[in-house]
Amino acid sequence: MSIVNQKIGGEIQTIASSLLESGEVAAFLGYTKGSLPGMMRPYVARDSGEAGNLSWSSFCVINLANYLPALLRSVEPPRRPNEPPPEGQLPKVGVVATGCWSRNMVVQVQENQIDRSRVVIVGVSSRGMVDRRKVERLVGNREITAIEEEDNVLIVRGKGFEETINRWDAVRDNCKTCLHPDPVIYDELAGGLSGDRQIPDRFHEVEEIEALSVDERWKWFQEEISSCLRCYACRNVCPLCYCPTCFVDDSRPQWVGKSTDEVDTALFHILRAYHCAGRCTDCGSCESACPMGIRMRLFTKKLQKDVIELYGFEPGLEADAPLPLSTYKVDDPEDFIITAGKKGDQK
Amino acid sequence: MKPLVVEKAQAGSWLRKLCQEFDVFGPVETKKGFYNWKRLDGTIVPHIPQGVAKVSIKTFFFPQPEVMFEFDARPTDPEAFRPIEPHCDFNPRVLFGVRPCDARSVALNAMPYREDPYFQRKRKETTIVAFLCEEGCLTCFCTLTGGSPVGIEGADMAVTELETGFFLEPVTEKGLRLLDYEFFRKPTAQEKSIAQERKKGAQKSVEDTASKLRSKDLMDLYNAHFWAAVAESCINCGACTFLCPTCYCFDIQDEALRGKGRRIRYWDSCMFPLFTQHASGHNPRGEKLKRVRNRFMHKLKYFPDRFGPISCVGCGRCVRDCPVNIDIRQVMEGLMEV
Repeated sequence: MSIVNQKIGGEIQTIASSLLESGEVAAFLGYTKGSLPGMMRPYVARDSGEAGNLSWSSFCVINLANYLPALLRSVEPPRRPNEPPPEGQLPKVGVVATGCWSRNMVVQVQENQIDRSRVVIVGVSSRGMVDRRKVERLVGNREITAIEEEDNVLIVRGKGFEETINRWDAVRDNCKTCLHPDPVIYDELAGGLSGDRQIPDRFHEVEEIEALSVDERWKWFQEEISSCLRCYACRNVCPLCYCPTCFVDDSRPQWVGKSTDEVDTALFHILRAYHCAGRCTDCGSCESACPMGIRMRLFTKKLQKDVIELYGFEPGLEADAPLPLSTYKVDDPEDFIITAGKKGDQK
Repeated sequence: MKPLVVEKAQAGSWLRKLCQEFDVFGPVETKKGFYNWKRLDGTIVPHIPQGVAKVSIKTFFFPQPEVMFEFDARPTDPEAFRPIEPHCDFNPRVLFGVRPCDARSVALNAMPYREDPYFQRKRKETTIVAFLCEEGCLTCFCTLTGGSPVGIEGADMAVTELETGFFLEPVTEKGLRLLDYEFFRKPTAQEKSIAQERKKGAQKSVEDTASKLRSKDLMDLYNAHFWAAVAESCINCGACTFLCPTCYCFDIQDEALRGKGRRIRYWDSCMFPLFTQHASGHNPRGEKLKRVRNRFMHKLKYFPDRFGPISCVGCGRCVRDCPVNIDIRQVMEGLMEV
């Protein structure tokens, strides 16, 4: 039993229960235990009794910010599509937020997707979430029937084996390079804060690919996305993807083909990544959600690096900092713009 | 049809022979650590993993995309927009190492697709070599869906792995055709009894899931109290439907470029809002809850009402790979209790 997670889980239950009991929030968004080892299920408690179902572990890999806009709408009084909301304070919802999730909530506030005054954020300092596929690989891809979590190790059981693995070895790549495990905005805390982390080579995964030649990079990209089913789990799980109609779903004009033609799939992934530039917090939900194990996080990680280098900006850290790609400054860098006649001259 | 045995030492030669005559596919471990369907070249006998490959064998019956026909799309041409009969774009195929659940999915899909020439042609040209299961996975539940770990429904040949060989039982003429070589011998009495015992020892099917669900009132299930809770976790992606062997819905589009066109059908998912979007802008399943409910209602109520069995073979892919752990077994349980 992980003492840390048990304590956090218990505090989440207590806070959620009292928020629901007092009527301060109409719903509380957190996690409940899943039906498989290493799986947690996003869960909404609507009364203090249901708050007892809330739980916390190292397998809370899906960014809860993604559910917030719809959850807020769901607690509003019903009304017709174009009818304005009623006067006065609308019901609030409570939500658990780690560092990256809270940063996505900052971005959601900046992009007018959520109203901060209607969200009660229960902050949790993330110890790094575990990638269940890494756990599988660490036990030789044998069938796992139970994972018991302790603070620093995972005890993995299957038919005829029990192995103890180091928790950090199975932590997701994005969590290993995260500088801000603590929530940026919160109203209450479950568990303590741990402070920012120092990671000298946090872009090493991107730099390894940048070091390849153009042809090698293209080959890497094509191989990485070759198994894509176009199920759009990466898009749907992302709190940044909230367009009423996604460009892949448009039919007039149709921007991209519907099947798994490699050009269409490449276009989808490139455009999806670019739409996240300057907004992505590297929460890793896309990678955790992908059934095919595609590391599409590296595409957005590259853009995160570019935005830091070009604009000195990291999203979600300051509530009133303008987003670099939706604002214009006269001295914005423009070296990367390919101008007529210079095509191909770029590095 | 009489069973035969191929020694493991001979299996490679048999497979090589098959690869010369057919396009043979089997589950092969990928760099990502899971198994997926790859064309075999006869140099290796694939290790058939416990459980199912990542993607189901529906990729062979519903190619992504399927070219229905091609057409000339120049408006000045009097023959323009007339369909051109598609060329047959595949050779006769053998799927080697299919699990009984996947084999059964083909038989179930054949019910709604009984008059579909594209599906039927592929079925005719595909031989399914099913490896009976000795051991299930945590996510397996074929016995709850009317299937069996040693079921042969949809298979052309059933294989029981023995210590030193494979016990081969042809189920159809197509399966028998694969034994038309010199690599086999008659099974010993002991081998026969081992194969028999395996089948007897296998977990029995729970017969009444489909009949129980058929007997329920449709609207009672439709209005069940738990749909909102199931839908609340769902992110409405298509992972479950695209991995599912019995999700067979498609959409159709014409693609035209430089005077040439083709009509394709490609996988669609009832999880996507576009699936039911009308040209008028109205969407009868405009909310996530309605879409989530439809996926389960189709599999567990509409399909059995119309065809008999439920449209689920219990392979567990959706359970294993749902990003938010929506578990169809819990939904089935909920519906049974309504």
